Amino acid sequence: MGIMKKKTQSVSGRPSDAGIPQAFQNGNMITKISFFVFGLGNLVNRQIIRGLIFLALEIGYFIYLFSFGIGALGDFITLGTVEQGEVFNEALGYYEYTAGDDSMLCLLYGVITLVLTVAIIFVACMSGKSAYCTQVRKERGMNIPSFMDDVKSLKEENLHAFLLAFPIIGIICFTIVPLIFMILIAFTSYDHEHQPPGNLFSWVGLENFKAMFSQGSKLANTFWPVLSWTLIWAVFATFSCFILGMLLALLINRKGTKGKGFWRFMFVLSVAVPQFVTLLSMRTIFNANGPVNVLLREFGIIGVTESVPFFTNPLYAKITIICINIWIGVPFTMLSTTGILQNIPAELYEAAKIDGAGAPTIFRKITLPYMIFVMTPNLITSFTGNINNFNVIYLLSGGGPDSMDYYYAGKTDLLVTWLYRLTITQKDYNLGAVIGILVFVILAVLSLLTYRRTGAYKDEGAFQ
Amino acid sequence: MRAKRLFTNIFCYILLTVLSIIWVLPIFYVILTSFRAESGSYKSYIWPRGFTLDNYINLFHGNSNINFTRWFTNTLIIAIFSTVLSAFFVLCVSYVMSRLRFKMRKKFMNIALILGMFPGFMSMIAVYYILKGLGFLETGLLKQVALVLVYSGGAGLGFYMAKGFFDTIPKTIDEAAYIDGASKWDTFIRITIPLSKPIITYTLITAFMGPWVDYIFAKVILGNDSSYYTIAIGLWTMLEQEFVEYYYTQFYAGCVMISIPISLLFLLTQKCYVEGVSGAVKG
Repeated sequence: MGIMKKKTQSVSGRPSDAGIPQAFQNGNMITKISFFVFGLGNLVNRQIIRGLIFLALEIGYFIYLFSFGIGALGDFITLGTVEQGEVFNEALGYYEYTAGDDSMLCLLYGVITLVLTVAIIFVACMSGKSAYCTQVRKERGMNIPSFMDDVKSLKEENLHAFLLAFPIIGIICFTIVPLIFMILIAFTSYDHEHQPPGNLFSWVGLENFKAMFSQGSKLANTFWPVLSWTLIWAVFATFSCFILGMLLALLINRKGTKGKGFWRFMFVLSVAVPQFVTLLSMRTIFNANGPVNVLLREFGIIGVTESVPFFTNPLYAKITIICINIWIGVPFTMLSTTGILQNIPAELYEAAKIDGAGAPTIFRKITLPYMIFVMTPNLITSFTGNINNFNVIYLLSGGGPDSMDYYYAGKTDLLVTWLYRLTITQKDYNLGAVIGILVFVILAVLSLLTYRRTGAYKDEGAFQ
Repeated sequence: MRAKRLFTNIFCYILLTVLSIIWVLPIFYVILTSFRAESGSYKSYIWPRGFTLDNYINLFHGNSNINFTRWFTNTLIIAIFSTVLSAFFVLCVSYVMSRLRFKMRKKFMNIALILGMFPGFMSMIAVYYILKGLGFLETGLLKQVALVLVYSGGAGLGFYMAKGFFDTIPKTIDEAAYIDGASKWDTFIRITIPLSKPIITYTLITAFMGPWVDYIFAKVILGNDSSYYTIAIGLWTMLEQEFVEYYYTQFYAGCVMISIPISLLFLLTQKCYVEGVSGAVKG
């Protein structure tokens, strides 16, 4: 039925299904011109308001372009040419700064202009397509939708456009534009020696990437150990929480356990406390003079003046962090797996029992596959989340203990916390951006491969 | 057989008790220290020598450095606004992705996935400069608006959870509505939303918690403007080297104060969380 429907549609060819090239090829002169003079096709066919909106967008863009945009694009290519100068003002008796170009702003305005240009190209396509639709409708003698019809269609066939508009604007402004900006910075010399507005920075191509990978340099000597610790951390943090959390959920939901609500409450309590608070208190609890060390001293496990270096010895610090993360993460997994466990259809269990399956078989053949089906996307997100797990590391150890062999990184620094140090403390924005891109590459390779294989992605409608 | 079952039961209870103690003890310690009478930071003993309520009282009638009430209201206001905005974004996007079929759908989902792989605060510096360029960092009030925008701006990308929930609402319900002449918008507002209370609550709560626990964005955007601090930055400041000796116990009191409302909220909506993870209409 569904296939049939699709076929009939493509034969009759609803005008709104046409692609952009198709619209351009099959369109008449007015439609073709509409790609350059926005809204013409609509204006000619009495869709005045729609046409005017298109036209206004185009005029607005060109006013912006000629008053500001072209200059911004020029600066974007050079990243500023005039360095900030010092002039001795004899009348006042001190040095005055003359305003130079701010490379940072040059880059920023350049990116904004580029994004606006992409947006206007998109509007051009919309305008052409809209003109084509009107043309086809006119040729076929169908009625041409008025502006009110357009508004109404937002509630029906164009509901997706209406609902997505604001979220997408938000995403473009606060995610995409900043990302483009930071990616570009990876190809500039914006480090602590080139700080605008005092100094200019410039395009350097792949220099930063070369520096990061060149054999024997301090950067490379930092990058590889930090990367391997990041991966080790992510694997341990994800799977320890997942496995232990699932076991805990099974333990609580076991038939023989009484007072399920009570046990669950004991663990949920720690989830309920804001993670930020937990982490900061954990940091003090495992401090050299914190309660854990005090306890160990009182039990005589360590000497009175000794303390276990929970955060100061690299190996201990790593183990401590993973353990604390288990403490934080297990109740979360317990909660979500409890929901899933309760949601497994009871018929499945009954059928299995009738067929004479024992508890281990039921677990292996029903519970586990079901859990894995539902939890895999969750597992992948938590793995990527752990690679980017800034809070746990930053608030617990701050990346320490610091190492002299590293370029401003500590032994427990993840790539992201190193990124933070490089940008916020060290002001090597270009290196920070390079690390950001590398993290992205790692995650992209890892998760696109796995995510596409999961059942939940391939077969979204499995539970519909 | 019976003896064996008894044995496993006892073993399970012992295990659960031990685990519970491990999980509750740190929380207990935080509460205990918040009532400690002796000032100063780390002590060579655990059980306080005396108890007092001063730590709590000082939080609210403290000196100029600690303005807990102010921080609390700051965070509350930011949280409320960003909750409304981001819940709206998330619900819109997830409904569209779950229910409506259009050309760019798969592409949008892949793009969302890819964008989610960049470290969040890689863009932070850029966001900072964009906000600065737009003049949002001039006054404290504008900084708060900026913070709301930062928290909710990209929220539309976190639609997976709610989409998964909408996916579990049977399509037949929607189709019945269409047959009765409802438009897609009506179906969304009148049918899907009322059926989705657990996931809406879940979305609201997660969005609401964000500002309470975020440290990094707040710190970068608010800078040193201490009267506009949110709770998280405020508490962090109390543990800084120069303050820790004075504010150690007050820090714990602050932690307890902030944990109580958040925990209550969380426990009340835990049911929604579990339901939200597990699906909508059953049977």
